Amino acid sequence: MADDLELRFERTVQAESRIEPRDWMPDGYRKTLIRQIAQHAHSEIIGMQPEGNWISRAPSLRRKAILLAKVQDEAGHGLYLYSATETLGADREDLTTKLIEGRQKYSSIFNYPTLTFADVGVIGWLVDGAAICNQVPLCRTSYGPYARAMIRICKEESFHQRQGYELLMTMMRGTQQQKDMVQDSVNRWWWPALMMFGPPDAESTNTEQSMAWRIKRDTNDELRQKFVNMSVPQAEALGVTFPDPELKWNEERGQYDFGSPDWDEFWQVVKGGGVCNEQRIAHRRKAHEDGAWVREAAAAHAAKHDARKEGAA
Amino acid sequence: MSFDNAYESLLGGEDAHWAFGTGFSEALSGVNREFPAGVDRDALAAYCLMLGDDALICSQRLAEWCSRAPELEEDIALANIALDLLGQARMLLTRAGEVLGKDEDELAYLRDEREFRNVHLAEIDCGPGPGGDFATTIARLLVFSSWRLALFSRLRGSADPVLKAIAEKGLKELAYHRDHAAQWTVRLGDGTDESHRRMQAGLDRVWPFVDELFATHSVDTVLAGVAVDPASLRSEVDGVLEAVLDAAGLTRPADTKAARVAGMAGRDGVHTEAMGYLLAEMQHLHRSLPGAVW
Ligand SMILES: [Fe+2]
Ligand SMILES: [Fe+2]
Repeated sequence: MADDLELRFERTVQAESRIEPRDWMPDGYRKTLIRQIAQHAHSEIIGMQPEGNWISRAPSLRRKAILLAKVQDEAGHGLYLYSATETLGADREDLTTKLIEGRQKYSSIFNYPTLTFADVGVIGWLVDGAAICNQVPLCRTSYGPYARAMIRICKEESFHQRQGYELLMTMMRGTQQQKDMVQDSVNRWWWPALMMFGPPDAESTNTEQSMAWRIKRDTNDELRQKFVNMSVPQAEALGVTFPDPELKWNEERGQYDFGSPDWDEFWQVVKGGGVCNEQRIAHRRKAHEDGAWVREAAAAHAAKHDARKEGAA
Repeated sequence: MSFDNAYESLLGGEDAHWAFGTGFSEALSGVNREFPAGVDRDALAAYCLMLGDDALICSQRLAEWCSRAPELEEDIALANIALDLLGQARMLLTRAGEVLGKDEDELAYLRDEREFRNVHLAEIDCGPGPGGDFATTIARLLVFSSWRLALFSRLRGSADPVLKAIAEKGLKELAYHRDHAAQWTVRLGDGTDESHRRMQAGLDRVWPFVDELFATHSVDTVLAGVAVDPASLRSEVDGVLEAVLDAAGLTRPADTKAARVAGMAGRDGVHTEAMGYLLAEMQHLHRSLPGAVW
């Protein structure tokens, strides 16, 4: 019996059909998905902070509106993704607790500080850009609710990316100080953006099983290469350079060669040593704890409301 | 969506697809922007600054909640309200700028504190800073949106076609803001002992700033037919607030009024100490890079 179920699951996945919440699925698949989607949801929510840092200081009202709308979108992304985990039996409150207790991770890129307004543009261009490279393949991932959430999210992310790029284009037409600000920001974000694809395939532990389950579709190194190939012409059009002396076109491979990120820094930041790790979690924890009385009140009111309705009936 | 589609037209794509925040001029496209005959233009500019600054400064305060709200749904809702108010501010500052020969950013970023004409209620810290909490924020939003909704609904009859169009567009937004605040007021008033206590304290905190909303300013008088005399809104707004507080089981605070400063208040450009810090933060980047383009 169990074998039948497993066989049907395998066939569904192999046939590129979708697994839906009520379908039987192996425990490992469910756990891996919850972990991956929750980590993605946490990233969206923690990702509100670095850019949120500039809302109050945005240098024009149009940019303020764009930025506020973008950060709001990220909250929406977090919400869709937490909902997707709930279809697998997870619980938002529990996942949030795991996040603020450091038991679940989020994308390490958000542990880097946003130091100038150019960072808002560069994050849109490179960080949302790298996120899109990671996420577009997930629009075909085997778990239905996740795939559908990703389609919606990817559309909005590509909008964010364009807005970021457009900000940089505008700044590069501005004063020398603005141009320098953009280049400085690119210098600080390029390597961390490349790290967003995860460690090199040779060192990556989760890849193989996830690929077989069609939860993951491309390896870290494949995605990183695609991202570099796409970003170089964009940088040229913008008039900035990437801080990598090894970056050059390889005629034979038909791809760009590029240097290796500092993986020691990567692991240091992943393990909590980044400039903002503590700050990001403390911020999230404070919002969650300060809001506890509000959530309790809403629940209490809803319960009283139901009781009154019943009493009246 | 194919992999490469995500990047389609990143280089050189059509401009029309980009902008989130550029929609505001389109929102009023087709509206006659000529000044009505006989209108006192300086007074019109001052009036647009009053209503525009109310929205801009209140939006700046609300946006402070972004990533700090009690739940994700509320992060989204408060950002929405802040965005609506920012949109209203941009349209109003643009209208003022048509008289003053300035654009929205010059008005938002290059005026000094004494030139801002918003009411104090918009600028005070009601949380997430130390000046309040979520309940205080809701109390302010309830009062502010109830008052502004009443004002905008009268402003639909304005002799200025632009103010009329802004009011028409803003009405639906403000109705949502008021509804959102009213629902939370009821939830918090009724929810737990703690939420009831905090909601009452929030109302007590903002109440001294209510009276200023209804004070007639000389600009209102000069602009009869164009502007709305806020004194005429009092009983309508009182009625709304009373109904909400009733449903929430809360007590209307005693009518204490914050004293004016040598007879002046927000409409005269005389603010609370909080305003200087708010503007320092909002304006510093724009001011530190003169000549920059954003
Ligand atoms: Fe996102
Ligand atoms: Fe994004």
